[in-house]
Amino acid sequence: MAALAAPAPTELDVEAPVRAFAIATVFWGIAGFLAGVVIAAQLAFPLLNLDLEWTTFGRLRPLHTSAVIFAFGGNALIGTSLFIVQRTCRARLFGGEEMGWFLFWGYQFFIVTAAVGYLFGVTQGKEYAEPEWYVDIWLTLVWVAYLVAFGGTILKRREPHIYVANWFLLAFIITVAMLHIVNNLALPVGGGIGKSYGVASGVQDAMIQWWYGHNAVGFFLTAGFLGMMYYFIPKQAGRPVYSYRLSIVHFWSLIFLYIWAGPHHLHYTALPDWAQTLGMVFSIMLWMPSWGGMINGLMTLSGAWDKLRTDPGLRFSVTAVGFYAMATFEGPVMSIRAVNSLSHYTDWTIGHVHSGALGWNGFIIFGALYWLIPVLWNKKLYSERLVSWHFWVATLGIVLYITAMWVSGIMQGLMWRAYDEHGFLQYAFVETVAAMHPYYVIRMLGGLLYLSGALIMAWNIYRTVTAREEEAPAALPAALPMAAE
Amino acid sequence: MKRFTHALIEKNLILLGVLTLLTVAIGGLVQIVPLFLVETTIERVQGIRPYTPLELMGRNIYVREGCYLCHSQMVRPFRDEAERYGHYSLAAESMYDHPFQWGSKRTGPDLARVGGRYSDDWHAAHLRSPRDLVPASVMPPYAFLDRPLDAEAIRAHLRAQRAVGVPYSDEMIAEAANDLAAQATPEADASGFSRRYPNARQAAFDADPKVVTEMDALVAYLQMLGTLVRFSDVTPDQLRQP
Repeated sequence: MAALAAPAPTELDVEAPVRAFAIATVFWGIAGFLAGVVIAAQLAFPLLNLDLEWTTFGRLRPLHTSAVIFAFGGNALIGTSLFIVQRTCRARLFGGEEMGWFLFWGYQFFIVTAAVGYLFGVTQGKEYAEPEWYVDIWLTLVWVAYLVAFGGTILKRREPHIYVANWFLLAFIITVAMLHIVNNLALPVGGGIGKSYGVASGVQDAMIQWWYGHNAVGFFLTAGFLGMMYYFIPKQAGRPVYSYRLSIVHFWSLIFLYIWAGPHHLHYTALPDWAQTLGMVFSIMLWMPSWGGMINGLMTLSGAWDKLRTDPGLRFSVTAVGFYAMATFEGPVMSIRAVNSLSHYTDWTIGHVHSGALGWNGFIIFGALYWLIPVLWNKKLYSERLVSWHFWVATLGIVLYITAMWVSGIMQGLMWRAYDEHGFLQYAFVETVAAMHPYYVIRMLGGLLYLSGALIMAWNIYRTVTAREEEAPAALPAALPMAAE
Repeated sequence: MKRFTHALIEKNLILLGVLTLLTVAIGGLVQIVPLFLVETTIERVQGIRPYTPLELMGRNIYVREGCYLCHSQMVRPFRDEAERYGHYSLAAESMYDHPFQWGSKRTGPDLARVGGRYSDDWHAAHLRSPRDLVPASVMPPYAFLDRPLDAEAIRAHLRAQRAVGVPYSDEMIAEAANDLAAQATPEADASGFSRRYPNARQAAFDADPKVVTEMDALVAYLQMLGTLVRFSDVTPDQLRQP
């Protein structure tokens, strides 16, 4: 497949902005994980809200979600996609170096303006779509430029076929544009204030928001990341993608089915039943393409499983696919109404999201970075041992996080519906809050471990890219995956 | 006839892009468009009115502070929720909510029907220092809301709300600043205000009638939540959705 064809560029790829995206990914990852640890600590120890309006949980939580999804995930997606599209098309980025830098600084500007707004209470009040209209317009401009750069590079390709990773990345770019524009249609109040009112209200607004919200997961955190999987796992394993036919079925079924799943966020609400039922049925069907893609990723390692022992970066990528399998099984289960009646509004949802976010998205990014950084800087990775440390510390963190949230979520759901022998509700609400405390502490420790792992990675990458030229060996050791090229 | 192969799509960016857009557009169209067209999506019940100017500003503070991240406003049709919170929530009850605030997480309790359950004083004291009243609470303190409410743009707010579909009349917009002050001042003449906003309550919500504060606005909003529909007057037929 094209990913394995040795790149033989006649003109040099645009790489400096890709390097900047890689560094920004590490930076925003740490910032986002830190914000997560802080708000987790606030739920365990509310004094940490500090009595200041800018540091309350309500203002910091969007800072955490946006930092990890859009800043950490977004920088990784844009950076790797610019790298992948140039390599697999054997073409220089459309718009060249200038386009790359515009995308980089344009996207960082989006992140910073959104984040500053959150601290000052500027928000649309819709989860994962908090930025106000002026930030949304700027992001739309950057995103259109991204589509032009990505599509333009594909049009210039010197490969007859468009490689499968690029299908997923293209679907990610197109669908996110559609979701972003529709969900953020709003009318500014005017008078120099940031406030706006969305055009939809109530039940329609709820449906549009979760159509957006679920597909921020489906296309930002899944389709785009599958694009990464379809490039980096074959690269790391030195094997072609397991099945071409499965890639085709995977692609079309995933993008068709995912978009219907939004209403499972609205079970038993005032959304009409027909819409809830559609959401549930499609969520369950979605299990199949999810696992089809997972199998395609894992089976790519056929005959190369031994590399898991020697390449800790690959270990991240493969474990990521494992967490993907787990989260995409748990998701359909939770979308069943009877299960959802227990899980909804509880920490079970939070745990589910984090098994996907920390396990799948985080780990596939770490795996990609450990492969990409040595390639981009043309240097040997500073320490494989530190990669192993990162892997085990982060994995332990995830296990603590999701088990704590399973227990607290299911316990809280059961306590809410518990009746005593006289037929009265057994627990006052606040008793269920008090019961969460130990699990919130465990969750915070899990997050702290995950953050520590990222700090180990940052040190490793810092030492790698700042290593003096002569320290880089003339010939790379055979154990390194690049040797397979 | 030449047999179709996927290679056709793989070699044509425009074809790939257009087919992708069509594929991802279908689900949303089927699920979203009928919600605007089917009239019974919103139940036909009496009593729903636009927010008063003070309540609207309070709601904007609720949004600004991210209250929806820990409190839902959507009671589900279960026995335990009916006993804990009240009648399940109707679509009609949030029909003028831009944005909706149903929420997705209950770190704290549901607030869809919190209106009238506690006194104004309880709310103000609880917002200032939650753990003084509820020792096990993990809610942040909101004492900073005891500052004057910036409502200079209140008419612009109502105009923007009207533009997106909330039925504010010309009179409501013209009187917005007066109505806002009147609701927070118990001694003020409120005959016009009460006519424009039936069942809206006039009070010194934070116990200080001299200054209209953010606390006044937020408590006024919390105290009206879930109080507009009188369920004793509602027939099952009115609640039927498609």
